[in-house]
Amino acid sequence: MTTSHRKWDSDAVLSVEHLTMRFGGLVAVNDLSFSVGRGDITALIGPNGAGKTTVFNCITGFYKPTTGMMSMRPRDGSLHLLERMPDFIVARKAKVARTFQNIRLFSGMTLLENLLVAQHNPLMIASGMTFLGVLGIGGYKAKEQAAIERARYWLDKIGLTARADDPAGDLPYGAQRRLEIARAMCTGPDLLCLDEPAAGLNPRESAELNALLLSIRKDDGTSILLIEHDMSVVMGISDHVVVLEYGTKIADGTPAETRNDPRVIAAYLGVDDEEVEEIEQQLDEVTGSEEGRA
Amino acid sequence: MNSAVKTTKRAGIDFGRALKDGVIVGIVAFALLGPLVGLKTDQNMANELILQNRLGLAAILSVIVGVGRFLLSAFIYPRIAARGNRSKAAATLAELEARAKVTRRLSVTGLIFLFVYPVLIISLFGVQGSIKWVDNYGVQILIYVMLGWGLNIVIGLAGLLDLGYVAFYAVGAYSYSLLAINFHLSFWALLPIAGMLAAFWGIILGFPVLRLRGDYLAIVTLAFGEIIRLVLINWKDFSGGSAGISSIPKVTMFGLYSFDVSAPNNFAKAFHLAASSAYYKVFLYYLILLLALLTAFITLRLRRLPIGRAWEALREDEVACRSLGINTTNTKLTAFAIGAMFGGFAGSFFAARQGFVSPESFVFMESAVIVAIVVLGGMGSMIGVALAAVAMIGGTELLRELSFLKVVFGNNFNPDQYRMLIFGLAMVGIMVWKPRGFVSARQPTAFLFKRKMVSGDLVKEGHG
Repeated sequence: MTTSHRKWDSDAVLSVEHLTMRFGGLVAVNDLSFSVGRGDITALIGPNGAGKTTVFNCITGFYKPTTGMMSMRPRDGSLHLLERMPDFIVARKAKVARTFQNIRLFSGMTLLENLLVAQHNPLMIASGMTFLGVLGIGGYKAKEQAAIERARYWLDKIGLTARADDPAGDLPYGAQRRLEIARAMCTGPDLLCLDEPAAGLNPRESAELNALLLSIRKDDGTSILLIEHDMSVVMGISDHVVVLEYGTKIADGTPAETRNDPRVIAAYLGVDDEEVEEIEQQLDEVTGSEEGRA
Repeated sequence: MNSAVKTTKRAGIDFGRALKDGVIVGIVAFALLGPLVGLKTDQNMANELILQNRLGLAAILSVIVGVGRFLLSAFIYPRIAARGNRSKAAATLAELEARAKVTRRLSVTGLIFLFVYPVLIISLFGVQGSIKWVDNYGVQILIYVMLGWGLNIVIGLAGLLDLGYVAFYAVGAYSYSLLAINFHLSFWALLPIAGMLAAFWGIILGFPVLRLRGDYLAIVTLAFGEIIRLVLINWKDFSGGSAGISSIPKVTMFGLYSFDVSAPNNFAKAFHLAASSAYYKVFLYYLILLLALLTAFITLRLRRLPIGRAWEALREDEVACRSLGINTTNTKLTAFAIGAMFGGFAGSFFAARQGFVSPESFVFMESAVIVAIVVLGGMGSMIGVALAAVAMIGGTELLRELSFLKVVFGNNFNPDQYRMLIFGLAMVGIMVWKPRGFVSARQPTAFLFKRKMVSGDLVKEGHG
């Protein structure tokens, strides 16, 4: 464990430095700095209202941060300063993809179409910015077929190939979550930001999600940053945990370190008795299973 | 218990129950109407209060009510109940497929019919008699079909509620008129120019309204339509003001034949036919038919290209689009520009057909009619929009044919004046029974195994 310690600082795919976001008088995020290691699964946790989603919106360009610097280094070695980019450029050039807390699928479009929309930019070039495509020249058909193959790869991976031609709005909740992840992955990102991917999933679906995220990291080499309340996901698969409370970072380290951090425990204890019990129980389960494995 | 079994067994019509229902309601009606209608107080000549007995009238009314209730119970209610039993949420896949099949068959027969329509009309009514049917019905409807298809790109696909579409129609019409009169260019050279100018104005409108959604967008586009019209009225040196522009050159048959009576290469003369404006009308009919089909063809093509998919994705969820790296600004602008371009084509055709344009032709009412056609047809559906245009514009023209009703309603009766009333009622009716328009199912643009229709209940409507 000591060998991988602070690995995320030495080889960071994304480093956030002194990020502050104010809404009028409200300081949602206060001087936050952290790094997302290349190839790591990094979890951003904290009680409700801690500013996690605000951090996500700053990273993905939906909010312009008040101050701070966010540098993204995709695999090709380029450097992008995210705070200077509009949201769609963050996705296109800096290769950051995201999902949403409340699922945002194109519900009237089929699963396949959802995954094709995600490949809009390469397909747009393939269709000669539409001009050649309308005339039917320029080999768009072959490129579209390749895009469909790529979509099929992701449908296989999330186990929804059989439903490829059904509308996305017809899917059950858990499948919609997986489809949203697949859609984000179809943009070919280097950093995948997941906003509560396990919310509303049952334990079996949570386990499937863990497997999916691990395979995304292994097969595609995509780094993952996730916001999560489900401790079985956070402690089970993440390499690095950042804890926020009231917009300020209170802990930053491996799951084992943060789990025992008194400030983290205090932050969660301060929330609600029920929730604390639930989390403690989950923690025990995870620790138990880890010990069992060891 | 027994009766319940009976009703379920005979899912059809239960006359016994309906009769009982009718009789009871009739009796209740008589109990109410007897004192209310049956007895009337009046004054006689001696200024005394007397009681008039009109129980007969009350009885007649009660019978009408009873019979009405009987008919409702016997025929209407079972049907409504049966419809309610069918899945109320989303239509089943089989139903959607069956409907799609009907739609496909309808579009093929419709297309064949459109091509033989003038021939059919000429053989029925003769050359001179065909003018009304080809021009007032054929050409007029097809112009609105084309406008509906053009606006369908903006509202139906991209989900941007544009209430000022007639502005682009005006830009096209004035572009053709002014350039043809001042620079003596032909229709065929000016058609693309008019389209491009309209697209340019589409982008000009698009820029300021990019950040607006829904109602706000609708209001700004509405204002834009009015601005164009007011500029045309007030900039007299440029557009001739409210007097408009007249003697706009006619379309030539690709420069080979002219439809001007005085021209040496007049079509009728060249083919030794009797002079008639009917030939020009038939030519115009085929011209607008081809222009409308071009609109349909390009729209269908665009839907299967990434830009079309991005439009539909934009209609579904703009934030998700941006998170996937789609430049929503450009996507919206292309929708405005391409929609406006087809409006411009239709406008220049309109100017060439009328030979006269004035700001009067481009009032808000026109925009409203085109939006109504798109909404009525089912947003995003080509065949639905075409059917709606036939119903709206053809219906309007048909009202002119109803002058025989003067016999019933007296000489002052003008059926044309009831046009808006009838359409208001028709719109309300259709929105109640088919809130998603005539054709609400969406056809996916790509498929892995099988193209299945998507129920309109899942498809988002444009809200900005």
